[in-house]
This record gives sequence, structure tokens and C-alpha cells, in this order.
Amino acid sequence: MSIQTSLICDSATTIYKSIVAHEADIEGLDRAIGDGDHYLNVKRGAETIAGMVDELKNLAPDEAFNKIGMKLLSTIGGAAGPLFASLFMGMAKYTKEHEEKATELNHHLIAAATFAYGVQSMLMRGKSNVGEKTMLDVLVPASTTFTTAASQNKPVAEICHAVMDAADKGLEYTRDLIATKGRAAGLGERAIGHLDPGAKSCQVMIHAVCDLLLKKS
Amino acid sequence: MKKFVNNINNMLVEILSGFATAHSDLVELHLDPNFITRKNKAKNKVAIISGGGAGHEPLHAGYIGFGMLDAACPGQVFTSPTPDQMLAAAEAVHADKGILFIVKNYAGDVMNFEMAAEMLALEHATVLTSDDCAVINSTYTTGRRGVAGTLIVEKCVGSLAETGANLADCKALGDKINARTASIGVALTSCTVPAAGRPTFDISDSELEMGVGIHGEPGRRREAMREADAIVKDMVEAILTDLKPPKNQEILLIVNGLGATPLMELYLIYNSAAKLLAQHDLQIARSLVGNYTTAIDMAGASITVCLLDDEIKQHWNAPVHTPALRWSL
Repeated sequence: MSIQTSLICDSATTIYKSIVAHEADIEGLDRAIGDGDHYLNVKRGAETIAGMVDELKNLAPDEAFNKIGMKLLSTIGGAAGPLFASLFMGMAKYTKEHEEKATELNHHLIAAATFAYGVQSMLMRGKSNVGEKTMLDVLVPASTTFTTAASQNKPVAEICHAVMDAADKGLEYTRDLIATKGRAAGLGERAIGHLDPGAKSCQVMIHAVCDLLLKKS
Repeated sequence: MKKFVNNINNMLVEILSGFATAHSDLVELHLDPNFITRKNKAKNKVAIISGGGAGHEPLHAGYIGFGMLDAACPGQVFTSPTPDQMLAAAEAVHADKGILFIVKNYAGDVMNFEMAAEMLALEHATVLTSDDCAVINSTYTTGRRGVAGTLIVEKCVGSLAETGANLADCKALGDKINARTASIGVALTSCTVPAAGRPTFDISDSELEMGVGIHGEPGRRREAMREADAIVKDMVEAILTDLKPPKNQEILLIVNGLGATPLMELYLIYNSAAKLLAQHDLQIARSLVGNYTTAIDMAGASITVCLLDDEIKQHWNAPVHTPALRWSL
């Protein structure tokens, strides 16, 4: 048992709702240090995927991840399109290769490794890493924490709280960074004092999925 | 903002439709995914595809036709096109000798073309253009930006491809030209992205932005407005510092308008640049003056110098027939 398609579909719906609920936060940050289109891009992507749930629900998990990746690639555009697409296509690849190996005992760890592989794919696509004031400042610590907690056989609720905490800290960490990648990179020191809008939207998405898992557990 | 608009969301399709209808003897528009091809598909040659955000017209669709591009993929204003567009364009224009992508060095464009290339089942290569010597890194890029020098790459590689040259030789010529070309821009006003509805940056009547990018990205410095000769001198010196040409080197000089500077001022800039380059013992063998790589409605101009050799000169001179560039035909 790896990440199940039903969870992917429920996550798509809750991520879309959560992004819309945080419009003001995300837009405000992007207007301060971006070019003002991040919210619209992420919303367009999340809305499209949420609208595909009927198409996704009968697919194998790896096929669902791949379909999400391909769809994001053609709907988001700019740099965010390939980055989010790489995240999902990476998760698709890992899921396909490890489906058989998942058991009742290790499925949290397989899920953590799937996410880690997706984050790694995004990192390689953007030729970036933590500390550059980007989405990775939230995604990388969230992923590392997920892997650590899962490898310690912690219960779902504990894993979720740890991952959300890591995402929050990662987001806060972007406040004092100078951006060296992404749209804020031209601002130099002027970006200091502002949270990164991409990191914020990732933190919102992580909270949405963790809240969903907490309700289910 | 005061612009010719019906519905902001429909602008791109209306622009592409107008372009394709006006030049229906040369090009054909394909929608969803959006790409533009030559009217008559070429045979047995490397197919050359470029693309990028709208707002730089006539780049790239204006350079589709004999002797230049086979297809172009337009994105939304200042936004990279997506891989589905590039894949569809590649399938449509593939002519048995592979696909060469010509991509300006911006993070979004590089990643989208990279993903298209990974998914493409045809033989392919990519030339990245990075001729802007104003800044090393900027808002949209890692490394130098691709600006008006891209047009020289598209023209000359396009000419070489018409001779039946193979993919590796086409890529090599593109890379060589990029390495021998430098550009720098200056802005007197900001551009306004229609969907944003307000100027991208604030600049007063007494200021200029030296080294501005074609999306209104910051340049080297915000400086005081001064006489044209003094501005052009700084631009030419930046280019020569970058290219370090030997004495008596033959060059191609392009003075390019960024959208809202009239041709009369571009010729004034050309006059000033030509004198300075002559003082540096450089021979201007070929010239181009006009709006070739624009930044929507920015007032300003860029200067591009390419160090010619026999091969580049031969391909620059070769016949070309596109909506925006036509000679010897």
C-alpha cells in the first residue's frame, strides 16, 4: 500500500479550498517582492486539478500523480509550472517503482520517500536549494521531518504536527533571506523582511493535506 | 493605463489571430496548444523552433519563414510558453533532420524548453542565448539574459539550416554567434503589462535605467538623464569591455527600439554609436535599425554588436523572407 488515489483526490480538493482561503496572504507577499501573479498561477493550477478529480479517481496512484504533473505543466506556465510538475512527476516515478514494496509496516516511510523524491526532482529542475528564498525553504525541511518521523514509526497525528511545524519554521526562515532564485532575486536586500510567497503557498498546501490526514486518523 | 484592449484575457489570441491573418501568405496559426508555423512546411532540414512570452514582437513569430524559423511558441505576456506547445510545434515542423530549439536564457523559458526536450522523441538540440552584457544575474535569470542578439542567432542558424546542414552544425553556429554577441539596453520609461494595468517600475522624467532588461528588469544603475551621446558612449563601452574585439574587426551593429522610441531617435542613436565604434577602429559591415526585440511600450533602446566572421556574414547576408525581416528575396 502506497499513497492511495483517494487521498490524492481528497488532497486536491482541500488544497484548492485552502489556497483560495489564503488569497490575501499570498497575494500581499507577492505584491511586495514578486510580480503579483503567483497567487493566480497557483490558484489556476489548484483549481484545474481539483476539477479533475473525477478523471483521477479511477487511476493508479502513480498515474494520478503523473496526470497532475502533466496538467500543471500546461496550465501554470512560467517557472512555477515546470517546478510543480517536476514535484508530481517525481512522486509518480517513485510510486511506480516502489508500489510493490509497500506494506502495512512501512507505508508511512514509503510515502515520505515518495514526497522526498518529488521535492528532489523539483530541486534539480530549478537547480536550486534551501536558503535561496523559494518554495524549497518550506518543502525541504517538511520532507526531511516527514522522513525522520516516519522512520521512527510515529503515529500519523504526530507525523503531521511535526511536518506542519517544520513548514512553519521554513516559511519564517525565508523572512530574513536575500533571494538568489526566482522573481525576488532582482531585489537584493530589499527582499529582506518579507516572507517568500512561493514558500507561503507551499506551507498552506502542506497544512491543508496534514489537516485532512488528522481528520482521517 | 490606456491601451487597445477588448478583453485582457483574450488579448493573446486576438494578437496571434491578427498576426496570422495579416501574414497568411507566410505563416499559419495553430491554437490550443498555441504555436505558429510556416505556411509551407520545409522538407529535409533541421527544424528551428523558438518561443517566449508575448510582448517582444516581432520576436519570435515575426521571424518565421524561409531562411529563419520553422515555428514559434508564444506564451502569455512576459510568461514562458509551456512544453505542450513546443512538443506540438516540433511534431508539426519536424523535417527528418531533428529539432533545434533557440531559447532566451530566462529561468521559466529554460525549464519549459528543457522539459519539452526531455519528452520529445525526436533528435534535438538547444541553443541558449545570453547576449545581454548589462548584468550577470537578474530578476528572471540565472546568468546573462537573452535579448536582441537572439535575432542574429535565429537569422544565421536559419540560413545554415536551409542549406541542409546537420543539427550539430546548426547548434555550433548558434553557440558561436551567441559567444560573439553582446547587447545592452537603456530605458527612459517603464513598460506596462496589460494584465497588471500599471507600470512595472517607477522612473522620473530626469532618470534613465542603464542596462534594463526586456521585461523591465532592473539594470546596472539608475542614472541621471543626459544627452544622447553620453548615454550611447556608456552603452558602447559596456559592449566593447565585454567583447574585447581586435582592431579592424568587422561587426554587425543593431540599434533596437524597445517599443515606444521613434525610429528617428533610433537613427540618432545609430549615428552616435557608429562614430564611437569607428573611433575604436571597428568596421561596421552590416547594420539594422528598428523595433526587432521590444518590451511592450517601453521608451528606450538597445545596442547589439556581433563580431562577424566569414561564416556569420555569409548567413546574415543570405536570403530571408519572414513577416519582420526580408531581403534578397
